[in-house]
Amino acid sequence: MTTISDPSVGTTNQSFRLAMLLNDTRYRSLTFQFIALVAIIAFMAFVGGNLVRNLAEAGLNISYKFLGEPAGYDINQRPIEYDSQSSHGRAAIVGLLNTLIVAVLACITATVIGVVAGVLRLSNNWLVSKIMSFYVEIFRNVPVLIWILIIFSIMINALPGPREFKGDTPSASMILFDTVAVTNRGVFVPSPEFSNSFASTEEVPVTSTGMDWLLILAALVLSWIVATRVSQWASKTQEETGIRPKTWHMRLAIWAVPLAGVLLFLGLTWNIPELKGFNFKGGLQIRGSLLALWFALAIYTGAFIAENVRAGIMAISKGQTEAAGALGLRPNLIMSLVVLPQALRVIIPPLISQYLNITKNSSLAIAVGYMDVTGTLGGITLLQTGRAIETILLLMLFYLTVSLLISAVMNVFNNRMKLKER
Amino acid sequence: MKKTVILGALTVAGLAAGAAAAATLDDVKARGKLNCGVTTGVPGFAEPDANGVWQGFDVAVCRAVAAAVLGDSTAVEFVPTTGKTRFTALASGEIDMLARNTTWTFSRDVDLKFEFTGVNYYDGQGFMIPAELGVSSASELDGATVCIQTGTTTELNLADFFRSNNISYEPVPIETGAEAVQQYNAGACDVYTTDASALAAQRANFEDPSAHVIMPEIISKEPLGPLVRHGDHEWGDIVRWTLNALITAEELGVNSANLAELSGGSNNPEINRLLGTEGDLGAMLGLDAEWAKRAIGVAGNYGEVFAKNIGEDTPIGLARGLNAQWTDGGLIYSPPFR
Repeated sequence: MTTISDPSVGTTNQSFRLAMLLNDTRYRSLTFQFIALVAIIAFMAFVGGNLVRNLAEAGLNISYKFLGEPAGYDINQRPIEYDSQSSHGRAAIVGLLNTLIVAVLACITATVIGVVAGVLRLSNNWLVSKIMSFYVEIFRNVPVLIWILIIFSIMINALPGPREFKGDTPSASMILFDTVAVTNRGVFVPSPEFSNSFASTEEVPVTSTGMDWLLILAALVLSWIVATRVSQWASKTQEETGIRPKTWHMRLAIWAVPLAGVLLFLGLTWNIPELKGFNFKGGLQIRGSLLALWFALAIYTGAFIAENVRAGIMAISKGQTEAAGALGLRPNLIMSLVVLPQALRVIIPPLISQYLNITKNSSLAIAVGYMDVTGTLGGITLLQTGRAIETILLLMLFYLTVSLLISAVMNVFNNRMKLKER
Repeated sequence: MKKTVILGALTVAGLAAGAAAAATLDDVKARGKLNCGVTTGVPGFAEPDANGVWQGFDVAVCRAVAAAVLGDSTAVEFVPTTGKTRFTALASGEIDMLARNTTWTFSRDVDLKFEFTGVNYYDGQGFMIPAELGVSSASELDGATVCIQTGTTTELNLADFFRSNNISYEPVPIETGAEAVQQYNAGACDVYTTDASALAAQRANFEDPSAHVIMPEIISKEPLGPLVRHGDHEWGDIVRWTLNALITAEELGVNSANLAELSGGSNNPEINRLLGTEGDLGAMLGLDAEWAKRAIGVAGNYGEVFAKNIGEDTPIGLARGLNAQWTDGGLIYSPPFR
């Protein structure tokens, strides 16, 4: 039945018999692989055909037209402009950005927590190492959904509501010179505004645009380039003369002067949150749902990363530490200059999976009402349009793309950190 | 050869799967149980009592259908569904009917391919707010944080209401009514919005119901009723006319007290047709002659079910209002039994 499977038949001297496909070890594995491939293709075709036929029978057709129709619902956290008249497609993008926001925040925080906890768990201080073991074992052995709910309900019930800031003798007050309000609806912090913003005209006063932020970014990149040059020069001088010139005042000036100049040019002012009506107005609101999701993901995944870090450090032979100590390095320098750079090679590959986990676990956001892409596209849009298959396919595509991107970026990083053999 | 066998088996399996859409009535009879989708718990409408027995206004519809079809009002498997899972559960055949405060809308009827079999409660979306905030009208809600059940029509009405009044709000989307009430009570939102009947029901469970007010504005039409899948009209007819039987019984004065006496025959031909002593309406539905009698026998007529579960003498305390019989100025109206 499968005689066409083997192109190498012609190159052998022996005459080829059909039975050799099963009996000859040279062909057997190919035969079985071919049968398996045909079976898989047949199965996929059957499943796909079944889906199409059943959908047609139920009178449903796959269509993505709904993405252009008005969504009709509001979203509380909007990184880009959006209102209830915007399209379902835009709502999906808002959700997508919200997913990325919480994923990036949680990845950074989890890495910091994980590295600190992993290093401290190996500490010689009994109390510190036991506290870190306790943290790791408690947090990684309870499901992350439960941590999300616990942190969220603690925030809601323990923190004061905006109403308690009201009245002559309020039971709660703002902190940090009356600029930051911590409430059970989130944390309100001052947000920067620019009185000389680029987009601002006499008719349309705008307080901040992407152009302003690009300018600030340009200033920072410039400072970074100059600062790198300065430290290269310092290293060169050190190699030539043996004395490293003091550069901290130069670097301070390089970072601070252009930034201050740009901010002054843009006319930076702070928009401080104020209690108005039902709620605080002005400033930036970091919502309780984002905080709960962010911290839950960070401390949960941080516990796993701590174990990765511990494994990485323990993989470095004790001789490295001792040799560094014999050269007179202090313990914190031994860790940061000798052990951690080598440990990174062991730490990074499992770290990639943890980043992927954070991104995928962020789809639990609906538990606290955070509008991520699962909440907008896979939640409200799905329910309002009834297009379940289309939205779920889009969701899969989105998570797959993000995960593959994270893998790709981290693999590039991993290749740079890898032991280079010459 | 092996491949052909596998493909053959797969084809047979595929054909069997395709032919699995049989009549719901036969399925229910064969199973001996009605699978009825209800809420995860709204006091008065559908909630298990202290003994774990489901009680409520929507539950009564399920029980009436079970009594009409199977002759046993307890032969019901109640399947709790959320706003998110309800339509999938019905479309996939996991439940035979859905009686879950579900608003009859164009797109649900036409696009999602469901058949609404009538209206058992005319509702509208309202707002509840703590009395201490001193707000008396929904148009004063500028800047308020609003708790809302996600995936419901209320979410869209809310967006429309605030948009057309040109005021802002902050939506807090929540999965179930119970969680929404928790957040509302913790002060994480200023306002809770959903159907006015559900607001009254939830408020009845609060420690101090008088500390919360329901705004006078009703911002939408929410006709709530049971629904079934498109395509099985016989089953849709059974659910529709069971509900109509309860409504007609109230209109004609048939109640649980005089049911036995009237089913011996009466002077009113419509009562006779309803209760099966005259004509053969039951046979037209594919049921026996006493189907409606059994449905009414479960908990009485529409008015009795209303009074027992959500009426003014219950903690929920809803007035009949729009849900009075058409003869009393309400909207509850059943086509005639003939």
